[in-house]
Amino acid sequence: MTNAQENRSNEACVENYRQDFPALQQTISGHPLVYLDSASSAQQPACVIDTVAEYQRNDHSNVHRGVHTLSHRATEAYEGARDKIQGFINAASRNEIINTSGTTESINLVAQSYCRPLLSAGDKILATELEHHSNIVPWQLVCEQTGAELLVVPIDDRGQLNLDEFDNLLTDEVRFVAIGHVSNALGTINPVKEIVEKAHALDIPVLVDGAQGVPHMQIDVQDLGCDFYAFSGHKMYGPTGTGILYGREKLLEAMPPYKGGGDMIIEVSFDGTVFNELPYKFEAGTPNISGVIGLGAAVDYLQSVGLQQIAQHESWLLDYMTREISKIDGIRLFGTAENKASVQSFLLDDIHAHDLGTILDHQGVAIRTGHHCAMPVMSFFRIPGTARASLALYNNAADIDQLIVALKKAQQLFA
Amino acid sequence: MNTAFDNSDDMRDLYRELILDHARNPRHFGKLDDATHCADGINPLCGDKLRLYLRVNEDQSIAAAGFEGSGCAISVASASLLTDLIIGLPSSQVQNYYNAVMQRLGVPGADDAEPGSIDLGKLKALDGVREYPSRVKCATLAWQAMNSALDNQPTPVSTE
Ligand SMILES: Cc1ncc(COP(=O)(O)O)c(C=O)c1O
Repeated sequence: MTNAQENRSNEACVENYRQDFPALQQTISGHPLVYLDSASSAQQPACVIDTVAEYQRNDHSNVHRGVHTLSHRATEAYEGARDKIQGFINAASRNEIINTSGTTESINLVAQSYCRPLLSAGDKILATELEHHSNIVPWQLVCEQTGAELLVVPIDDRGQLNLDEFDNLLTDEVRFVAIGHVSNALGTINPVKEIVEKAHALDIPVLVDGAQGVPHMQIDVQDLGCDFYAFSGHKMYGPTGTGILYGREKLLEAMPPYKGGGDMIIEVSFDGTVFNELPYKFEAGTPNISGVIGLGAAVDYLQSVGLQQIAQHESWLLDYMTREISKIDGIRLFGTAENKASVQSFLLDDIHAHDLGTILDHQGVAIRTGHHCAMPVMSFFRIPGTARASLALYNNAADIDQLIVALKKAQQLFA
Repeated sequence: MNTAFDNSDDMRDLYRELILDHARNPRHFGKLDDATHCADGINPLCGDKLRLYLRVNEDQSIAAAGFEGSGCAISVASASLLTDLIIGLPSSQVQNYYNAVMQRLGVPGADDAEPGSIDLGKLKALDGVREYPSRVKCATLAWQAMNSALDNQPTPVSTE
């Protein structure tokens, strides 16, 4: 197939996928909604919405606690979702799939349960300048608690990690490496497999913040080799308030619980408590049952479309967007890494990102503006924030064309 | 018909000529070296930070005002309009303006303040933000900073 043919066939598929998303069928200020903010939170397909509604309507009950039919159904669907997620990221065991409220909680869990007992003054944790605040602040907290120090791998002008500097910083004082798979602010795809290999050569465990990885590429945690992989349901077409911590079973087993409560125990007395086995040890209290079941439906949906197909389409569309947007006089791009996924940050003339966001919204185009919870990245470029357009499987070339029209309107208004 | 164009015309509600003018050429922009009062306003939504300086006379009137920092058109224009307005006013009247602006822009809790029977004049150009809830904070940022500067609160105010 020629490139052009391939793109056209892709476009035809995308039209079908768009129909799967009820939220995309609306107009904003008289314009069809152009949703370019999926890196913040992706829209949900009808199958996810319906699965959650169906569960609420017919099956709702608590999990792991009842002998009655509804509790069986709820438990089966909830645990079924865990199996789906295990398969989705190719974890070795279902015990390695911990349900959390999102990437943020997953990372905090590792910081407090895995790292905190391990660290003492003088130890180092290695993160990067690209990280989302949720892959910075939990490490700062644990450093404060233990006297450890957070080291930061710097980036270059294109938003790529300086790997030589990574090598220099990776000494035997480093106890843990925390790295994002894909930068939410710049779209940079980090060479996580290579980083894991280097860290493991020194026996240093690695957490990958996969919030922006999972929706855009096939993840195989065993192939990546990482010790922990954290992600959020709402960025992969699932419900908010869901997320996963993948952890290697051996590490999870050795870790103390993060939260105490019901469901995470086998026996409780005031003489002491026996904790439940994995994965329940880390799932205290009644979980977000409907959300997790919805997340399972999102996994089914992603697999039915195919991550290969999604990656191919998004990569084509990102190229198209970058090319078209670059044609506008006065555009400045941030994040031009060689290896990128689904995100373009930019500024136009000296229009503040916030103003761009409001003007674009008025033309139906939803983008994110500001620091994207990655203030160190903004400081690196010496800007307070950017406008960011991010892509998902349901975006098409017409979306980009509308973005360009809207940007030109903004330019006119501020001329 | 080019609907996109009609909509961008609509935006003139928010981005009025006066706002764009003050955003492009902010008045009293820059550090005030002999300031007696100073406070920061931070908008956590976008990370914008604005520092407001006042020099207050012994009779509690505003001798000079200035601001620095970066912000969107709305927050810069608002700071520019504010500084332009308050120079020469007694601080008690500045307080009345503050209350009146908060009320006019519908800031929660502002209703409790003294109802201002004050003519806001040019400040009415900020009215457009009432239709854009996420932008009200931009318009009030400088005002909040000024308020805390006058209160001599040492910590930065946040609009969140
Ligand atoms: C790279 C990255 N890490 C972490 C997070 C935090 O995810 P959540 O807010 O769902 O916990 C995000 C979300 O914005 C992200 O993009």
